[in-house]
Parts: sequence; C-alpha cells; structure tokens
Amino acid sequence: MTRTWSELLGDADGRRETEDEQRGFFGRLRDSLTKSRRALTGELAAAAFDPADDAAWERLEEALIGADVGVRATAELVRRLEARGVAGDLAGPLAEEIADLLGEPATLGVAARPSVILVVGVNGTGKTTTIGKLAQKLRQHDRSVLLAAADTFRAAAEEQLEIWARRADADFVGSERGADPAAVAYDALERAAAGAHDVVIVDTAGRLHTQANLMDELAKVRRVIAGKLDGAPHETLLVVDATTGQNGLQQARLFGDAVGVTGVALTKLDGSAKGGIAVAIAYELGLPMKLVGVGEALDDLRPFHAPDFARALVAG
Amino acid sequence: MFDTLSDRLQGALGGVRGSARLEDEAISRAMREIRLALLEADVNLNVVKEFVAQVRERALGAEVTKSLTPGQEVVRIVHEELTALMGAGSSKLAVAPSPPTVILLAGLQGSGKTTAAAKLALLLRNEGRKPGLVAADLQRPAAIDQLEQLGRQIQVPVYREDTSDPVGAVRAGLQRARAEQRDVVIVDTAGRLQIDEPLMEELGAVRREARPTNVLLVLDAMTGQEAVNVAQTFQERVAFDGVVLTKLDGDARGGAALSVKAVTGKPIKLVSVGEKLDQLEYFHPDRMASRILGMGDVLSLIEKAEAAVEEDEQQAMEERLRKGQFTFDDFLSAQRMLRRMGPLQGVLKLIPGLGSQLKGVDIDEAQLRRVEAIVLSMTPQERRLPHVINGSRRQRIARGSGTTVQQVNQLLESRKQMEKLMKQMGKGKMPTLPGQLDLGAPQAPGPNGGSRSKSKKKKRSKARR
Ligand SMILES: Nc1nc2c(ncn2[C@@H]2O[C@H](COP(=O)(O)OP(=O)(O)O)[C@@H](O)[C@H]2O)c(=O)[nH]1
Ligand SMILES: Nc1nc2c(ncn2[C@@H]2O[C@H](COP(=O)(O)OP(=O)(O)O)[C@@H](O)[C@H]2O)c(=O)[nH]1
Ligand SMILES: [Mg+2]
Ligand SMILES: [Mg+2]
Repeated sequence: MTRTWSELLGDADGRRETEDEQRGFFGRLRDSLTKSRRALTGELAAAAFDPADDAAWERLEEALIGADVGVRATAELVRRLEARGVAGDLAGPLAEEIADLLGEPATLGVAARPSVILVVGVNGTGKTTTIGKLAQKLRQHDRSVLLAAADTFRAAAEEQLEIWARRADADFVGSERGADPAAVAYDALERAAAGAHDVVIVDTAGRLHTQANLMDELAKVRRVIAGKLDGAPHETLLVVDATTGQNGLQQARLFGDAVGVTGVALTKLDGSAKGGIAVAIAYELGLPMKLVGVGEALDDLRPFHAPDFARALVAG
Repeated sequence: MFDTLSDRLQGALGGVRGSARLEDEAISRAMREIRLALLEADVNLNVVKEFVAQVRERALGAEVTKSLTPGQEVVRIVHEELTALMGAGSSKLAVAPSPPTVILLAGLQGSGKTTAAAKLALLLRNEGRKPGLVAADLQRPAAIDQLEQLGRQIQVPVYREDTSDPVGAVRAGLQRARAEQRDVVIVDTAGRLQIDEPLMEELGAVRREARPTNVLLVLDAMTGQEAVNVAQTFQERVAFDGVVLTKLDGDARGGAALSVKAVTGKPIKLVSVGEKLDQLEYFHPDRMASRILGMGDVLSLIEKAEAAVEEDEQQAMEERLRKGQFTFDDFLSAQRMLRRMGPLQGVLKLIPGLGSQLKGVDIDEAQLRRVEAIVLSMTPQERRLPHVINGSRRQRIARGSGTTVQQVNQLLESRKQMEKLMKQMGKGKMPTLPGQLDLGAPQAPGPNGGSRSKSKKKKRSKARR
C-alpha cells in the first residue's frame, strides 16, 4: 500500500496508477541494488530490544540523531516508546511513532480552477526539478499546467524550467534575468485567467531564509498572487533537501513566517540520507509533508506516505 | 531558541570565577552540553564522541585561568581544540609545475559546484592568472548555459562540447584551454549521489582524463549527518584534496565541515558566502570553530578584539581622530580591524542582547569589501587628501575597483559625514566604525518592521545580493 496521486490530488475517481507508481518509493528503493542505505534497525539490533538496558536506549537515540531527526523529536520518540513499554520488537513501534509524528495524510490543493502553487526554498534543494516532475503528474491527471519562471536571479534558471516544461508538456511563462519576480508571477496569472490552465506553478529563486531583503521579495510575490486571484496561492510548497541537517527546521520556520508554507516537498531521498529532518519539521512545526523526490528523472516524484517513509527510515 | 553554549555551560559548571581546577564530575556535565551543542550543529555523532573524549582528557585537571569562570575555561579549551582540528592542513591550492593547473570540482546535486567554479575563476583572475572553465555537467538541464552565462559575467572563457560524454568534453576542453594558454582550468562536473555507482564510475573516468592538480569536494554547509558518508565515498573514489564549503552566508552552524575534516583529514580550502561571484573566501579555522560551537559570548569578543586591534595602531588612529581628521587611510585601517574580528554579523552577535535584535538585519560583507576595494584603488595622496579626488579620478577609481562612479561618490560622501561626526565628538571615545555608516551596510529595521523607505528598498533589491 502506498499513497496514490489521485488521493494526493483529491481526485475521487482519478486515473489508475501504474504498477511502478503503486510500488511507491519505498519499494523502488528496496529494489535498487546500488543503494547502500544502512538500516537504523541494523544499527540497533532491533529484534531484541531490551528496555531495561540503558545502552539499548542510548543506541536508539543515537540512531535517530544519526538520521537527522534532531534532539527534540528524538526525545519525544523515546518518551513515547517508553510510555508504550516496548520490548522485543522495536522496529514496528518505532515506525508507527515516527509515522504518527509525521501527521495525517495530506492533499495537494489543486481543486480550484485555476489553482496556484508557489514553490520556495533555499538554494539548490530541487525546486525547479520538482516543479517539472509535478507538472508531468498533473498533466497525467488531466490538468493543463502553466509554469512561471519567477527565478530571475540564477543564471539559466529560466532555460532550465523551460526544458522541464517541454518534458512535462506544460505551458511556460518566461522572464528576463534580473526582472521583478512578482511581475512574472502576475503575468502568469494573467495568462491563466484566460481559462486555459488548471494549475499555475510559480518557480522562485533559491534564497537563504536569513536574507531579509530576499524574503521580503518573496513575500511580495505571494502578495501579488493573492491580490490577483482570490484564494491564491492555494499551495505554498517548501522544498527541503533530505540531506539537510538541523538547519532545515530554521528554513521551515522562517519561510513559514514569510510566506505561509502549506506543505513540504522532500527531495533527494534517493541518496543515502534518511531525511529525518522531515520528522523534526513535522513534529516541531506541524507542517505536512506532501511530496518526495527520488531522482533526477521526470518520473521520480511520489506522494508522501508517512508509514512508507517511517518504515524506510527504520528498516532501510 | 537555544541558549548559547556558554550559558548552558555556566549552568553546568557554575559561574564562580577562578575556582581553581576543573573536576571530573563538572567536566562530565560540561561534556554533555558540548555533545549536545555539536549535534545540534550537525557534527556527525561518531565525530562528536571522539572529539568530546579528546577534549575531556585535556580539560581534566586543567587550571582555570584567573579571569575566567570554569564554564568559560571549558569553552576556551573546546574552541582551541576545534580550531586546531579544523585548521590542520594547508588551505592553499596546489599549482602545477607546468601549466595549466587543473582544478576539478565534484559533489552532490545542488551543492554549489557551478557557482563555485565561476567564483574560483574570478578569484584566480584577480590574483593575476588566466583561468578557463570547462563545462562537463551534461546532466542537469541548462547546466552549460548556466556556466556560460557566469563565464561571460566574469569574462572567462567557457569550453563546451556538443557531446553526451563528460570525459570527451573534458578532453576537448583541456585541449582548447591549452591552445589558448590558460594557466588554470576549472572543470565543473554534474552533481551525483555518492551511492550512484555508474555516476561515480564516470567521475573516476573524468578524473583520470583531467589529471587534476586539485580535486575539490563542494559541500553545502547545511548538510546533516550524512556528510561523513558522502565525503568518505568521494574520498575513496576520487581522492579529493580539499573542500569548498558553500552557503555559509546563512545561519547553518556548519558542523558538517568538522565531520568531513575529521573523517577524511582533508582541509577546507575555500568558503562560499553568497551567490554573487566575488563571495568566495579563503578559510579561517577559528571563525569556523566559533560558528560550530555557537558561542555567543563576550569572552570571545574580548579575545578577538584584543588580538585584532594592535595597541599602537589604535592609538595612532585615536590621536588623529581627536584632531578631527579622518582620512581614507584611517577608514581602511578601521575597516580592517573590524574585519579581522571575524565576519561582521558574527562579531555583532557576540554582544549580549544584540544577537536577537540582529535577526532580519542584513550586514552586507560584500559591501564592506567593495569599500575596501575602492579605497585600495586610490593613490596614497588621494587617501590622505580626499579633496583632490575630482571627476576623472573618480572614474579611474571606479574602474580600478570594479565599482561604479556612483558607489565611489557614495563613499566619498560617507567619509565627509564621518569626519564631521569626529569633529563633533571631539575628544575621547572610539568613533563609529565605517561599517556602521550608511553604506547600505548594517541597518536595524525601523520600529515598525517593514518601514524601510520605499525608494531605498528598490535600490536594495536592484543591487540584490
Ligand atoms: N538525486 C536527486 N537529485 C535531485 C532531486 N531533485 C533535484 N535534484 C538535483 O538537484 C540539483 C538542483 O536542483 P534544482 O531543481 O535546480 O534546484 P533549485 O535550485 O532548488 O531549483 C539538480 O542537479 C537536480 O537534478 C532528487 O530528488 N534526487
Ligand atoms: N546563498 C548562497 N547560495 C549559493 C552559494 N553557492 C551557490 N549558491 C546557490 O546554490 C544554488 C545551486 O548552485 P549551483 O552552483 O547551481 O550548484 P551545483 O548544482 O552544485 O552546480 C544556486 O541557486 C546558487 O546560486 C552560497 O555560497 N550562498
Ligand atoms: Mg531553480
Ligand atoms: Mg552545476
């Protein structure tokens, strides 16, 4: 079992998933021979967890810290497992508790026509790539899609998004390097107002959450979108690299303050990083995870499924 | 947010000044705090354990310096050990005995390789070399365009090849670089996961073809616990010589840098502190140690300030200031004193109570560097007697410093204001340092948050980053 795109997009009787999609990223990862993810449980000898053994608890804590779960979410997990009185099998209960911290399954707000998805995050996390992949999924689920290149800063950012638009069979609104990103977003909404597009996805320049002027700029992009279309942006996705350490929390916090993040896309989970920062973000900030990126190809995007993710984190 | 480490250590050890020796139990408590602080900074768990054991040994029975509390003493020891660890190994780039020197950049996706390639080219060009760039990322859409646009920006040739084989692209690129007598060639490669066997194989082949003088791992400062595995595998497969640590302009504590140093022994060579192409710097281990520790305390401010400001330099300046003179030479030395204390933001954070106020304040170090470049482009006479700087001189200075006449004018105006200020202040105190003048440098947000004036904001976002 895994979460389907139709479920994520809130389509009651949407397109059937392919077999590959149904296996989900967990299955794909397990199948892939080149992956060398080390299982948490291997490190823990989880099969025979002895709650009376302090060292066993310490190993658990260390394994979670080693997966970037962070000190506080780790303490919470340990507290819950203690309260449950785990003994013997640790992997099952641990995965359950992690899934629980990650919260309820989320949907992506694309019901309105048109819907606007604003994509934000620090530099190099995979915003543009995620947009390309998401556009293709939306196309497969009968949405017409318009991509807006509001990253007017990074060299060749526009060209990169345009290539993705072509791959995904989406329309594209370009920009000049150095142009005002809010104006680009405005143009895109103007175009979508003609009625030919169901979803508009706005790509933005990567920026560190500590750069006040750039965060102001982003807030302005959001304001312009909101002013142009009632209820927009319907989603503001924060793209977080799964390799990120504890700084990810600060990213989520400050992007949240500036533009009201509604969900997280966790990318590069095909790497060896376990992505434990997602647990910290969900636990401390209550932000829902919505998407996971598992590669650089068009098809490498999955709906986030907490039990899958938790099992992959615990069992490798 | 977190208390600073020294606050917590104060809690663990008590704040009593000069209490003789560090004892076993107190040390254990302190070490727990240090362990936590390092984990929060993303230092790898195993590295933390080893490091803490080492520091513990040194701290045991150590005498507490008279003027310090035991907590501060522990911070001092930890900081020293950390600096020593981070600083081992040369941060210089190797130069090939017969040119060109070839520098190969590698790393995970999105770590900052392409940007670093262009920045390095600019840095080397400014050091009088003739760099060229080879585009060997044939994977990421528009990666070559990106490098070409950056190359154009800094007027460094980019060698590209229409092929899907990076080894071929490197061969052809190096050939052309040689033919054009480039003395440094920087090779930008595609990002790859260290567990992606085919791509790591490919990187090995690229390395064999390029025969680089330096292989640099480009590492994002925000990387978490996995940094160790990433670095170890890259080390095994392509034997890198050093690290470029990127995105240090944010608030990541950068513990990954320590992890990588500890497990590979390879030094950090360069740090990238922004997206603009001049934002690449050589590495300072002591600053990095402070950053990882998150030491916001007066102790280190005092230490740094003492080390930075040489007595006589300061006195000579104060002397002239008392007379109400403020030449560009003074400007420069004031600025340098400030810079020697570390990244400005870091120094200001050390001042109690200021750290939290600084949230959201932009301190543009690049702007400070620009000021320095402008002053350095003046003749000694111009620095001493700024009134001689007429229109054509201004143009020359702007050209020489890679700035605009407008920026030069702005600086001239600032100096005037400063001198006026000095005169008013008359005798006594150290004056405002140049960083605090309105050069677009530090600026506290107004009382009601977003009240920075419209026009100013426009200017800022144009001159963005
Ligand atoms: N392995 C892997 N690489 C990814 C993934 N998502 C993005 N990337 C790569 O990460 C790099 C940066 O991605 P990009 O979309 O340009 O990031 P942006 O700067 O946030 O827009 C590119 O090399 C992408 O191919 C992912 O899920 N897995
Ligand atoms: N803030 C900041 N951004 C950086 C820095 N270095 C690179 N970047 C940004 O990080 C993103 C990825 O950089 P890029 O050079 O394309 O990475 P690559 O995929 O490794 O080649 C881009 O948006 C860059 O502008 C840095 O030091 N600070
Ligand atoms: Mg992008
Ligand atoms: Mg690149």
